[in-house]
Amino acid sequence: MGWIAGQPAETVGPAVRVARAAGLYVFRRRVRRVGWPLLFVAPFFVLYAVFSLYPIGFSLWLSLRDWSFTGPARWVGLANYRVLLHDSLFWQSMLNSALLFLIYVPAMTLLALVLAVLLNSRYVRLQGIWRTLIFLPYIMSGTVAASFTFQLLLDRNAGYANRFLHFLGVSPVPWLDDIWWSRISLGMFVLWAWLGYNMLIMLAGLQAIPPELAEAARVDGAGPVRIFWRITVPLLRPVIVFAVTLSIIGTFSLFTEPLLLFPVAGGPAHAVQTPVLEIWQTTFQYLRVGYSAAMSWIYFAVIVVLALTQYFLVSRRDRYLQVRG
Amino acid sequence: MTLRSDHLVRLAVYLVLAAVSAFMVFPFVWMLVSALKPFPEIFAGTHFLPQHWTLHNFSSFFHQANAARAIWNSFFIAASSTALSLFLCALGGYGFAKFRFAGRNFLFAFVIATLAVPFAVIVVPLFVMMRNTFHWVDTPWPLIVPWAANAFGIFFMRQYMLSIPDEILDAGRVDGASEPRIFLRIVLPVCKPALISLGIIVFIASWNNFLWPLVVLPSPSHWTLPLVLRSLQGPPGRTPYDVLMAGSVISTLPLVVGFLLFQRRLVSGIMRGTVQG
Repeated sequence: MGWIAGQPAETVGPAVRVARAAGLYVFRRRVRRVGWPLLFVAPFFVLYAVFSLYPIGFSLWLSLRDWSFTGPARWVGLANYRVLLHDSLFWQSMLNSALLFLIYVPAMTLLALVLAVLLNSRYVRLQGIWRTLIFLPYIMSGTVAASFTFQLLLDRNAGYANRFLHFLGVSPVPWLDDIWWSRISLGMFVLWAWLGYNMLIMLAGLQAIPPELAEAARVDGAGPVRIFWRITVPLLRPVIVFAVTLSIIGTFSLFTEPLLLFPVAGGPAHAVQTPVLEIWQTTFQYLRVGYSAAMSWIYFAVIVVLALTQYFLVSRRDRYLQVRG
Repeated sequence: MTLRSDHLVRLAVYLVLAAVSAFMVFPFVWMLVSALKPFPEIFAGTHFLPQHWTLHNFSSFFHQANAARAIWNSFFIAASSTALSLFLCALGGYGFAKFRFAGRNFLFAFVIATLAVPFAVIVVPLFVMMRNTFHWVDTPWPLIVPWAANAFGIFFMRQYMLSIPDEILDAGRVDGASEPRIFLRIVLPVCKPALISLGIIVFIASWNNFLWPLVVLPSPSHWTLPLVLRSLQGPPGRTPYDVLMAGSVISTLPLVVGFLLFQRRLVSGIMRGTVQG
């Protein structure tokens, strides 16, 4: 708005006055064009500054201090981070999340893709009903109610999972009481909750692919399996990257499930202790506020590194195959 | 492909779909039948259906001191967050979708980038702020205000609003309508489908929220349903699953009903909101 500043102070003639009036008109229009939209988007930035940016800075401040909610916070420099490097329980929780990711994500991605392809094909009837049934657990995803329901379902004696295995002639499985089975149970629980959601995302991606592509391949003699791997999967790569990125953040952020699915929080021998559960316990049970703040920063850094690595590994070839919805 | 093998493939496809659907629906059924069983039957684990149907578990749940109150607390928090969030996200989405201004793309990129910060990074300092600065512990406000205008909702509404033709808005301007009036009288009504979709997503998220209420609502009289459910868990082997399952049914039932009523909107909302752009 340089035309306001630096106006000559001497008396001016009518022409200049008209020019100024015109300037004022332009200024009003600018306010109309810039002021309103800024006002409309302002609530987000105000709330974000107060309830997220400030706490982020506060968290960094806390991570350099020793504090237990009361009394003064004592400056300790990088000591929290140094101790954290050798905190085997914390790294165990990161490893648990990584293992869960490896159990859950390949199964989820493949199943969601296959289901989406099936529900996108003309040959499957009652698509709406299948879609609704598979998506239904979304409404209970990550809930206390679902965790307890699965706790009972997977109970070694009372649960129906073992009852079902017995019916098939398989011996009972310690779903919640064994280190590896508890990880698999948690993976299955998360799969139950999120498969339908991921299927929908991929279905949306599929619907954005022009059907002529598969048609052309079919005319050229490609079978359905070949079409799936050579056309569908490469074209869906951006959507798959999106789903996997969400899953990285999701598996590393699990809290309710590892706290409540197992008779003991974190599962047998901390087998499913997750970073967020560790942060919560460190803060509210052990009252080590500064230490837990340091934890949350390392945890954040690891997620960012994983998400970026995945992005560059998987999406490098996208440039040639961009699909836009 | 011969006709025979085509039939076999089709049969296999339906079997897969039926098996996956059964896996998805079974826990809901299990929760319901367990809630209708007397405690000894749950632990006998011999019959799937109750031998003695009972509603006793539901009355026991309501005899928990805070159950009825928790339903109201949950509802109040979810409904107010949804209303406030819809208004502010629609406003923000409108600002980004239908206006050009200096820094718009940068500001929008910033909004999207905020999605990358996990809640765990801010939960502790935010709790300290709520307690020491705002004095909002044991009030509904920490659950309603901080994420009222959130990045996901703004992104979601912007996507939808990009498809509104500018001509409608300009027609309003030519008629002399002010910008707020255009937003309230033209934009919001046009966006009704997107508002319903986003509203359901926000309501479900708020109703089911657990970690943040657990942190900011320490007193039982302010608990939401998930917190009451959690408090019922006993030490290993002593959890009253009968009451717990009844409470789980109560906390899930409203969502199931809403889901069945609005599932088309919810499905199209999730498909639209996540992929495009």
